Amino acid sequence: MIKTGEREAKQTRHAGGSPGLDVARIREDFPILQLRRDGKPLVYLDNAATSQKPRQVIEALRNYYETQNANVHRAVHHLSQIATDAYEQARLKVKHFINSPLSCQVIFTRGATEGINLVAHSYGRQYVGPGDEVIVSAMEHHSNIVPWQMLCEEKGAALRVAPINDAGELIFEEFEKLLCRHTRLVAITHVSNALGTINPIRKIVEAAHRYCIPVLVDGAQSAPHLPINVQELDCDFFVCSGHKMFGPTGIGVLYGKAALLESMAPFLGGGDMILSVTFEKTTYNTLPYKFEAGTPHIEGVIGLGVAIDYLAEVGMDKIAAYEHELTEYGMQVLSDIGGVRMIGTSKEKAGVLSFTMDCAHPHDIGQVLDHEGIAIRAGHHCAQPVMQRFGVPATARASLAFYNTKEELDALGTALYRVKEVFE
Amino acid sequence: MSSNNRALYEQVILEHNKHPRNFREMEAPDGQAEGYNPLCGDQFSIYIKYNGDIIEHVTFNGCGCAISKSSASVMTTLLKGKTRKDAEALFVKFHNMITSSPETPLDERDLGKLAVFGGVREYPVRIKCATLAWHTMLAALDGKKVTVSTE
Ligand SMILES: Cc1ncc(COP(=O)(O)O)c(C=O)c1O
Repeated sequence: MIKTGEREAKQTRHAGGSPGLDVARIREDFPILQLRRDGKPLVYLDNAATSQKPRQVIEALRNYYETQNANVHRAVHHLSQIATDAYEQARLKVKHFINSPLSCQVIFTRGATEGINLVAHSYGRQYVGPGDEVIVSAMEHHSNIVPWQMLCEEKGAALRVAPINDAGELIFEEFEKLLCRHTRLVAITHVSNALGTINPIRKIVEAAHRYCIPVLVDGAQSAPHLPINVQELDCDFFVCSGHKMFGPTGIGVLYGKAALLESMAPFLGGGDMILSVTFEKTTYNTLPYKFEAGTPHIEGVIGLGVAIDYLAEVGMDKIAAYEHELTEYGMQVLSDIGGVRMIGTSKEKAGVLSFTMDCAHPHDIGQVLDHEGIAIRAGHHCAQPVMQRFGVPATARASLAFYNTKEELDALGTALYRVKEVFE
Repeated sequence: MSSNNRALYEQVILEHNKHPRNFREMEAPDGQAEGYNPLCGDQFSIYIKYNGDIIEHVTFNGCGCAISKSSASVMTTLLKGKTRKDAEALFVKFHNMITSSPETPLDERDLGKLAVFGGVREYPVRIKCATLAWHTMLAALDGKKVTVSTE
């Protein structure tokens, strides 16, 4: 982490137009990046699947169990107070990170998937009925398709799919045409995990709001890489996953507009989400606790808070700018290699480089790269409709984070030439 | 390429991948099945023609990784002239080999060409690639037009 004393020096360097991130320094914070495989350094390019964790997060988890562990919101004893404070402190950090108006609009979930399911269950069951429609896009992760399909099936509603063009961009006019008085919700990804496309959320929300239709934004791939301001986006729901944000697995966030959240029935029933229980009647707790039944993932929440501190300290603007530069560089490296087809060439693009090669199946590409110490993903990336749209069974995907370097992308390029040697 | 990689991608595998044998659809097959691995999108059709009890010809088409494609290709070359029982026995032999521990020595004399897939044992996620065509062939032996899936 950048220590306060060094900030000044860094800032002067930025003023000179340098990249703005001391990546070498940042890499030292990530113990796993020091690993070697058969003498070769680990080149971790599977960040869209999950990110690596800085030492600060790892230490926070350990510290929690060594000095803070107790259940939250339950006991009068000292430890419980410490744990509760740390837990609620993390909620405040998330509030600032996404610029939520209130911290009670920040609900902790197990991840983006659970956040979407919560909304499908609590909002969906209440507001979606026979003949109604839910709109998604053709570039969604399965987790932003299946819950809506299940809901539509149950309610006799219809799922509408906004198409994408050959670059992997949402065809906005077609999306707009789908909006109608039957639409109950738009559920769309901020950044596509299979294509890297950054969707124009502000514009999408504006269009939907003209029909008073709420919009859920799947921020699983944006929260780790772009500054997030839910008030500026004006979205009604926003979900993300801690493990993709350099925090622990098993923790995520659902943000919602207060009036909507207030109007929704709980998702899970149990402890903590109630004010009073008799066998005749239960009074639900207020936000956010209404949606946090049971003992939460306390150390996950605390770890996520530390990950957010880390990101905020480095600066999301700088991260976004640096990753943009890396993405352009990576696109260049890949397109210089003959026989490589890029899948996802949107003008607004995050650090997801999805591609196929004429000579080799993505699986084989991934395997050869693995032996070079380079970790990428090969497959459908939980986005089978995207694969169908582009007529490929699978893609190879290198996905970036702010600790990656141009040298690593050069190593990727070199390894891809090796793939050609083997399979051509 | 590291030595490990070479062990997986044996020359024979690379060669069959590049020039698959019997790689075409068959008109009016006696048996046909489609195999699908949803995890990696691999998809193959296997076609069988009998002459009495004897397998006269096996062909395949579809797409998949080097392991799945070469495995299908090698398989088609081994089944010609075999009975259904022989084919089933060959399946069992291949299946036992590929699911055995990587430390188990390969009986190359018994396995013949199949031994080139021994390296796959080191890569549990690739075993389904190697066996997809074989499972599909088993289904096709019965003559029905069926779909098998690895998941
Ligand atoms: C765009 C997108 N949405 C949702 C998810 C689901 O996230 P999780 O599995 O952490 O719930 C992912 C994860 O891959 C994703 O990339």
